Order: sequence, then C-alpha cells, then structure tokens
Amino acid sequence: MKFDTPATTNPIDRLKVIGKPTDRIDGPLKTTGRAPYAYERHDVAPGAAYGYVLGSAIAKGRITGMDLSAAKAAPGVLAIVTAENAGKLTKGNFNTANLLGGPEIEHYHQAIALVVAETFEQARAASSLIRVDYARGKGRFDLEAEMAGAPLPPPGFGGPSESKVGNFEGAFASAPVQLDARYTTPDHSHAMMEPHASTAKWDGDQLLLWTSNQMINWGKGDVARTLGVPKEKVRLMSPFVGGGFGGKLFVRTDAILAALGARAAGRPVKVALQRPLIANNTTHRPATIQRIRIGTTKDGKITAIGHESWSGDLPGGGPETAVGQTRLLYAGENRLTAMRLAVLDLPEGNAMRAPGEAPGLMALEIAMDEMAEKLGMDPVAFRALNDTQVDPEAANRPFSQRQLIQCMQIGAEKFGWAKRAKAPGAIREGRWMIGMGMAAAFRNNINGRSGARVRLDGKGVVTVETDMTDIGTGTYTIIAQTAAEMMGVPVNAVVVRLGDSSFPASAGSGGQWGANSSTAGVYAACTALRDKVTAALGFNSADAVFEDGKVRAGNRTAALADAARSGEIVAEDFMDYGDLAKKFQQSTFGAHFVEVAVDAATAEVRVRRMLAVCAAGRILNPKSARSQVIGAMTMGVGSALMEELAVDKRFGFFVNHDLAGYEVPVHADIPHQEVIFLDETDPTTSPMKAKGVGELGLCGVGAAVANAIHNACGVRVRDYPVTLDKLLPGMPAFV
Amino acid sequence: MDRPADIGVSRRGLLASGAGFAAVTALPASASNKEPAAPMETPPTLPIQLKVNGKPAELTVDTRTTLLDALREHLHLTGTKKGCDHGQCGACTVMVNGRRINSCLSLAVMHDGDSVTTIEGLGTPEDLHPMQAAFVKHDGYQCGYCTPGQICSAVAVLDEIKAGIPSHVSGDVAAAPALTDSEIRERMSGNICRCGAYSNIVEAIREAAGRRQA
Amino acid sequence: MKAFHYTRASSPADAAALAAKTPGAKFIAGGTNLLDLMKLEIETPAHLIDVNKLALDRIEETSDGGLRIGALVRNTDLAADKRVRRDYGVLTRAIVAGASGQLRNKATTAGNLLQRTRCPYFYDPNQPCNKRKPGSGCAAIGGFSRQLAVIGTSQACIATYPGDMAIAMRLLDATVETVKPDGATRKIAIADFHRLPGDTPHLDNTLQAGELITAVTLPKPLGGKHFYHKVRDRASYAFALVSVAAVVQKDGTGRVAFGGMAHKPWRVEAAEAALPKGAAATARIAFAGATPTHDNAFKLPLAERTLAAVLSEARG
Repeated sequence: MKFDTPATTNPIDRLKVIGKPTDRIDGPLKTTGRAPYAYERHDVAPGAAYGYVLGSAIAKGRITGMDLSAAKAAPGVLAIVTAENAGKLTKGNFNTANLLGGPEIEHYHQAIALVVAETFEQARAASSLIRVDYARGKGRFDLEAEMAGAPLPPPGFGGPSESKVGNFEGAFASAPVQLDARYTTPDHSHAMMEPHASTAKWDGDQLLLWTSNQMINWGKGDVARTLGVPKEKVRLMSPFVGGGFGGKLFVRTDAILAALGARAAGRPVKVALQRPLIANNTTHRPATIQRIRIGTTKDGKITAIGHESWSGDLPGGGPETAVGQTRLLYAGENRLTAMRLAVLDLPEGNAMRAPGEAPGLMALEIAMDEMAEKLGMDPVAFRALNDTQVDPEAANRPFSQRQLIQCMQIGAEKFGWAKRAKAPGAIREGRWMIGMGMAAAFRNNINGRSGARVRLDGKGVVTVETDMTDIGTGTYTIIAQTAAEMMGVPVNAVVVRLGDSSFPASAGSGGQWGANSSTAGVYAACTALRDKVTAALGFNSADAVFEDGKVRAGNRTAALADAARSGEIVAEDFMDYGDLAKKFQQSTFGAHFVEVAVDAATAEVRVRRMLAVCAAGRILNPKSARSQVIGAMTMGVGSALMEELAVDKRFGFFVNHDLAGYEVPVHADIPHQEVIFLDETDPTTSPMKAKGVGELGLCGVGAAVANAIHNACGVRVRDYPVTLDKLLPGMPAFV
Repeated sequence: MDRPADIGVSRRGLLASGAGFAAVTALPASASNKEPAAPMETPPTLPIQLKVNGKPAELTVDTRTTLLDALREHLHLTGTKKGCDHGQCGACTVMVNGRRINSCLSLAVMHDGDSVTTIEGLGTPEDLHPMQAAFVKHDGYQCGYCTPGQICSAVAVLDEIKAGIPSHVSGDVAAAPALTDSEIRERMSGNICRCGAYSNIVEAIREAAGRRQA
Repeated sequence: MKAFHYTRASSPADAAALAAKTPGAKFIAGGTNLLDLMKLEIETPAHLIDVNKLALDRIEETSDGGLRIGALVRNTDLAADKRVRRDYGVLTRAIVAGASGQLRNKATTAGNLLQRTRCPYFYDPNQPCNKRKPGSGCAAIGGFSRQLAVIGTSQACIATYPGDMAIAMRLLDATVETVKPDGATRKIAIADFHRLPGDTPHLDNTLQAGELITAVTLPKPLGGKHFYHKVRDRASYAFALVSVAAVVQKDGTGRVAFGGMAHKPWRVEAAEAALPKGAAATARIAFAGATPTHDNAFKLPLAERTLAAVLSEARG
C-alpha cells in the first residue's frame, strides 16, 4: 500500500480500540520475569557455552603481540576468537569502527578477543590470562583542541551540514538586541539496563541469532555482511529488548562474537557485554560545542538566528546534528546553521534518543531564555512571538500541524507559570531557592516503509507478524490495538509476534518513527486481510464493516471466524510513502515546564514538578505514550543534572565507564510527572494519523531544567551537566 | 588551580599525554598481585542447598558463581536480571530469608540453606501478585528489564517501612517512618530504570500499599 | 575472577589463624565490595574465609554507657537499632545516606570500614594505579579527579575513602576491636584505623595480615543535635562529593568530620574549637594545606558551605 495522499476517514477513526489506554499486553510476562531476553534462551539454545569479551587496553595503536596460550589452557576453555583467527570480517554498513579489533585498534575497549568456555566463571577467568602487547599510537581525544579547522561533513541523515537564508551576518550585526553565546553538551551513554547481548546457534550454515536489537532488518543485513554469509542464512530474533535508546540500532560486537564463538566452539554461545565495557565499546551520543547567535528587534522579533555546532567522531563517522531544529523552530529572515565534524579517536559516536534535537535544544532553548531575559519578555511570549507556520527556510512549505503556541499556553496555564518570579532568586522556602523554567520541544516526524503479515484462524484469532521490535515503547500493544480496530475484534483476540527476521521487514524502532510506521504497516496488511475475508465470505468489500467479531455488508452479517473456517487466511502488505513529507513539514511539538529547588548552601538541585504538553498527532495508546514521555523527561533530567562521560584526554577513553561512575537519575531524582496530549490528528503522516512521541519527550527538557535553575538562583550555566560545582561560584554567600 | 597534585603526571605517573608511540603491555591482571601465578587446575566447586520460591534446590556450584548466576544459569530462573553485575543497578534484586539483596554481589556458596524468593515466586502471568498487577495497571515499566528487580524491591520496601527501618529522607530517624512518596522514592533508589518509569512505579507501589495519595 | 577455595570459619580466632596460614586468604562477610573487585581481578584472593556464620551480629551496651557493635551487624540493622537512632543519630543518618537498601541489607559493619576507594582509575585494570599495583603510577593525577581527594594526598595517590558510616564513627571516636592470628585481641582507635596514602597507597588501613575485626565500640552518647549531610550529583545511590557529619551542642560547640575529602574520614580536632565561630573559621583550620586538583577544587568551598548549612540547622 502506498500512502501518497492525505488520509481520509478509515476504520482506525472509529477509535473503539485505538486511542484507548490499554494495559500492555506483554505486561504479565514482563512483571513476572517470564519475558525472555536475548541471553536467557535456555528454551531454544540449551547448553549454550559462555563468551566473555576482552576489550582493548589502549585507545589508538596496534596490537604487536597476543599470547593466548595460558588462556587456552585454562579450565573449561573451548575456543578463543581474535581478529587473527576469525577469518575475513567486513565492517557493517552501519558501523564506523570494526566490531572485532586487531591488529589496528580504533578505540578504547574495542573488542579484541572472545573467550568461550563451559561456564561464565571460566570464560571470565581465562580472559584475563591473555597477554597483549600494544604499540600505543597518538590519538586525538579533545574536541576543543580539534574544533579549529573541523570541516563541514557531506550531507547525511540530518540533511546538509550548512544552511543559509538571507544575510545572517549583516542582520545579526545590526540587530538592536543580540545574544552570542557558547554552549557545550558532553558525551552521553545510552546506559540501557539490559547489556548488549546475543545467543548464537549454527544450524549447519544457518545462523540463528537471538539478539537485543532495535532494527532487525538492518541487523540481519549487517550480520550477514560482517560474517560474509548470505543474508538468507541469517535469522535474527529479538522479541524483547531491554532498552535501546539508539544504542541497539546497530549490530554490535556481542552479536558478531557470539556467532564467531559458536562457530569456533561448535555449539551455541551466548555473550553479554560486561557493563564496564559498554560505555567505551559501544556507541554514545557525541559531545557538542555550540555557538548560538540571535538578533532581534527591540520588541523581540527575531531578525537573525545562527546556530553552529562542532562534534567529533572516528574517521568515517558523522556529526551530531545539533542544529537541525534551529532550521525549523523559530521564524527569522536571516538564518545560518552549520555542523562541523572533527576527527576524534574516542569510541564511535552515533544516535542516542533524539539525536540532534536533544543536545541542540539543550543549547537553543537556554539561548531563547537568555534572549527573553535580555528583552524583558516572558519566555513563553517571546517564543510565541517568533512562531512560524511554514518552514522558515522554505516559505512555500507549511507544517502539516503545528500547535507549539497551544502547547506553551496550555502548559503555562496548567503549571501555574504566572506565579514564576521574573527576577531570579526571588522565591525562597527555607534554604531552598525555587525557580521555574520552560522550553519548547520539537522533533521531526519520520515515516519508514514497514511491512506485516496478518493471519486469521477459524477461531477468529488474528495474529500479526512483523520484524518490528518493542524496546519498551509499547509496540506489542499498539499493534494489537491496530489489528483489533481494523478487524473489529477485541485486543485479546489478537496475537502479536515481533522481532523475528523471518517476518516481514518493518521500519524498526528508532527516531520515534516506530509507532506510526509499524502500525501503518499493520494497517496495510489488515486492509489486505479484510479484502480476503470479504472475498471468502462472498461480501462486497467496499461497504463491509468489521465490528464486534462480525463482518457486515449490506444486510448480510457473518462471524469473522467463518471466513477462515476452511483454513487460515493470510495476508501480507507493507506501507510505503510518497512525497507528503516533502510537501509538508511533519514535526512534533511540545512544551516542557519544570520547577526546581536549589539549596542555597550547597547548590544541590532537586526537580520538584514537571509537566510536558505534547502535540504529536493521534495518540494511539495514551498510557504507553505517556510512559514514553515521562521516560524521556527522566532522561532529560539526567542530561541536565548529572550525565557526562568524562573524557581522559591523555589516554582517550571515557573514565566513568560503569553505572556507579556514569550517573543516571534514580527514583529520588524524579517527582510526579504530568503529561498532556493535545487532541490532534495528522492526515499527512499515515492512515493512523499519528506521529512519533518517544523522543519529543526528551527534547528541551534539559534546557527547561537549566532555565529553572537560573530562575531559582540566578546562575546561568551553559555547560552541561549543570552540576553544583558550576553553580557554586555564582551563588550568594551562605553563613 | 595548579596545586602540586595537578601538575601533569607525577614521576611515578606514566607517559604524559602526546607521548607518541609507546609500548604498553596489558598483563594478565593477576600478575600485579603476590599470589600463585598458575590458575588452579580444577576450579573448586561445592554442593549447596537452597530453597527457591518454596522449593528445595540442590546444586553444585563453582565457588565463584554468584547467587544471580546460580538462579539464571543453573536453575534457569531468568526473571532475575543481570544489568551490571556490580551492584550498581538493582536489576538482580531478590529476597533472601525475607530481605532484599543484590544477588550479583553474593556468592551462591554463601547461601547454603537460605530461602530465596525471586520474581517467579511472587506470581505468574495468570495469577499476578498485587504488586505485579499494580505495575501493569500503572504502566510501571517499559522495556521490562529492570522490572523484576523493581517489583522485588517494592515488595520488600513496604515491609521495611512496616518494620520501622529509617531512611535517608526520614525527618526524625528515631521515629517510625511514614509511607510517603518521598520515602518510597528514596528506598527504591537502588533500582535504576533507564526507561524512566519512576513516576508510574511510585503510583503502582502506592496502590499496592493500599493507600491514597499522600 | 580467579578461582578460589572457600571455607566457613567457626570462630573469630580460628578465622584469623586460618587467614594467616593460608596464602592469599581473605575474609568475606557481606561481599558487596570484595566481589565487585574480584570480578575485575582488582582483588584476587586464592582463598575466601566466610565469616558470616560467626556470632558477631549483636549490638550490646557497654559498661561505660556506650555500644558494642558486632562486626557482622548489617548496615540496615545498625541504622535501625533503637539505641543508635536515639543516641547516635549521626550514625544512623550516615548509614542510610550510603548505597541502597539492598546493599545495606548485606553490608556489614566491619566490611563497610574496609570498603576500598571508588577512584575510576583504581577500578580500571588497564590504567596505572599505585593502590592497585604498587609502583605502576597514578593515572588519576592529571586525569579525571572530580570525586577524588583534596587533602592528605600524596604524589602516589589522590584516592578518596568512599564510605559514609566510618565518617560518623570517626566523629564518635569509635574503637575498632580485632583478633589477631595468634588469638590476641587489639583495640584500634578509629582515628588510627584508616591511613593516608603516602608512599604506600595500597594499604588502606592499619590492620595486620590475618587480623579480623570483631566489633566496633562507641563511647557513651554525646547528646547534642546530630547531622549527616551528604552532597552528591544525584539525590540517592551515589558516593559523596562531600559529606559533613556533625554533633552540635546547645552552646554551639561540637564535633565535625568530613567525607569525600581525603583517603580517610577527615576530622581535625583543632578545627572543632572554631565551630562556634562558624563554618569558614572551622574549614580554614580543617583544610589548611589542601592540595586540590582543577577538577575537585570546588570541594573546599562546598565543604565549608555544607558545614554552614549544618550549623544553620543546628541553630534553628
């Protein structure tokens, strides 16, 4: 099915199942510990041997010698995989660094060996008996030092690396009110709770790989490519993913080494990346240095807006696309954006939840707050004044839906924004200094081709099969709701099977495209199934109504199950997209409001209240969508207050590479969170009329927190995270 | 602030930055310590008896096997999760003799004769424990990986409050703690949820505790 | 983790004797730090002596009005003891400020005193570290040192003692009781228990080989108001940047000890005389001669301001 004209009324619009806050259908499995994750497949890969990964001790250079003899002789060892004995490996299309290093070392903790043993304890012990000699090379580890002369990279996922409209320099220079400020965001780690993990089993030349991966079809291709086996000989299964946030978009070393280890050991092998390896072995959100210049008229109209960003990556990598939202969020005739990319020999930078917008808005939305302050304007009013209903870089291109002002105004009202003190440091509760901050949220909507197969059996049970994943997003449930709505059955008459590469390829989970894209694919397949059902019943498909387990057409009614009485009916289709996303700018919008308390003595920050208002198309399941948003808000608090991979610029690695060193929010950091979804349908996105929301919830949160801190205590911090050491120098004395 | 400790690398420090090529050896970690160099021919094993979810279990384990791996790899009770294996996330939380612990930081051989309750022992998909049901109702999870640990902790937290054990946020540590949201949040802080379901988890626990919002 | 033999000890004296005669032996109680380090082969005992079954899990009143806390009393039980909550509030507050509920259920009084630094370079076996591997160098100096020590450091080590409980015990002038391999017992003032790194940072404390902690005694209660203010980047489940343990009397006199500042709980008795004059005067004496790095210089003003917050609460 092709979606190339805006949606009209369709069965989804009945909203009998879609749009309801249905409990997750996988909830009972997850809450009882029965949902099997990739390392837990005693059921299908019994007797798997254990792999343990050895990471490089240097960031850059060469292995000059590797002595495996002691490790090989250690009790229980079955095999040791290294680059020397692994055979030819080809780097995956989605990888920047090799997943098995040696002799060249590209980054710290790059995998250089997998020890396979009868038990986990034996594999772990043997790995430390491998002696490795290295020649350490000179690496580039300091973004600040490498930013001078960093070039504009070729166009990529985030569009061109530079955009110019009007005369930015001239307009900025002549603007009566100006801001020119520099912001930095640090490297972030996805830190999902389930480590990257895989269980591999060879069945002859067929590889069965249970792996924790967001993108099954990409993964299947890259496993085949890396190992040099035909794609059809690789089957990936990822029914449950213990968090990804972009860190599991790509095949990582656990999958490749499990496959190689299983081949070497001649039996199934499972590998989970040890937690202390994850930060340096896998990908991370790259640090940015951002320069933002905004020029306005005296009454606050933006006349010039410039946003430049510098980030680094390994050779062949890409930039953090931190300026993307600035091309679309606010009006202004004269515009400049640029992304520059330095070469760094740190671990591979790549996508993490809301890549681009997350760090970009952390900077831009502080800049907007600073500008409002300079102008003496309310931050909401200043943003509303500079709203645009068209793409500011291409005025003939409207937004499909844009309710940014509504989000801000409703949020302001619900949050009690009017009580915010204009002057910082004005509200005290004992030792706590109280402040409020807000930020706009923005994230583009992306659609991807997505397929599904739908089966109807003689009992009226509808089974959906797609390689789509549920990474905590609620996919199982919204797909069940979609199929239930389309086929006119209750949710409990739908079985959803996900994450298997033998199912039709889906859009996968990433870039907040999963929900709309995968359900649209299910819509297409159900449309095909409806046609087959009506044909089987001898009904006219054009006026058939599927409702309450029955099919009605004209004055005829039959049980849905009747259509499959003589055998299962199977239909398969996919949704593909025309150029609506080119004609219309499809984006999601929101507003974040935060109240913080800052300890006047210690500068400790506590977030006291949080509200997000989101306009993101049709909300397919308000319960799971709300969870996506509160989860993203929580990650936003982390990025505001604590998250930073600390770079050792001498040795080139992230020093705090475990969950004690890399702090993410805990229960005590997070207050009750409120989320409001505006009533919105977007007929340009798909027949579901939905958009993404899982990343929108993160966009702007960091800045809202930083702005609230400024409002509380008067200290403006432009370098994230806003830790107390950065606040203390600006705090009033405390005696 | 260039105080003595901050000046580059000490004499006993190593190669300063930008040292160009330098030979480095990653020795087997044990080479740094005074102890027998050769690994033991046969790793010691010991028989143990556990009571897991009310059922006796006899197994022979490597002395190095953690309680977590004994549950997951020997008894195939994979509901208890390994998130970090270093006591930094709480996904491995189980109850031993009625108290919650991180099963990753405990050796199985240290638990001979102990009673262990895991997530599998609380309820089944068909017959959920009230805490499990409350997590489903309030969407107190997303990816599900930290969830068994959160639920085991939550069940134990209610007992700990009932038993009068004080916490970091208790106003008067000499008094009995109250069942407030802030007490729940503080006591649950050893269970990290990167999906960020905290707000919903607190609501689930509150419901399971059978009280209205404070 | 290296393979090791495992034995359950039958009495404290037997445990000490066994430890002394067994190469590479270590005691294990809660195991929450030791196993963590063994997994990374930072600790590589060839033999573990499990002391958990020893009868050292009681809290008893002493004849001079204090408390004797058995070495195996779990953190949770010590913090929840009615006498501790009533008379040694600073100790309860310090304990519940540390780690998580799960860890406190397992961690013991003796083990908590022995927990090793959380310096990230100590924790990464690829990095030089004089504490982990004497003579290998210190990567923390000139590296990422935000969490590390600001006073009492050496050219060999800038690690911090990470615990909370011991800060309160130092404040309370606790005494560590031990039994040695020859069966003799010893009492070590807590002030003399933890060491500064000097040239031998691999030694965290003054215990001798095979010596087993049996108890910690607290002198009779001090009265006054008790505080433990721990400052960290997140609200819970994190090691201290700075912590302040204090007991303040009605007249403004009192005691103060700091965590997160040094290789041991940091208490300067001479500085306490300045407490009635305020935080700045006290901190000036307590931290004279501090040697912070660029990354952790903030700890000095932070410690002073945290103390100021405590003193302000004490007045209120």
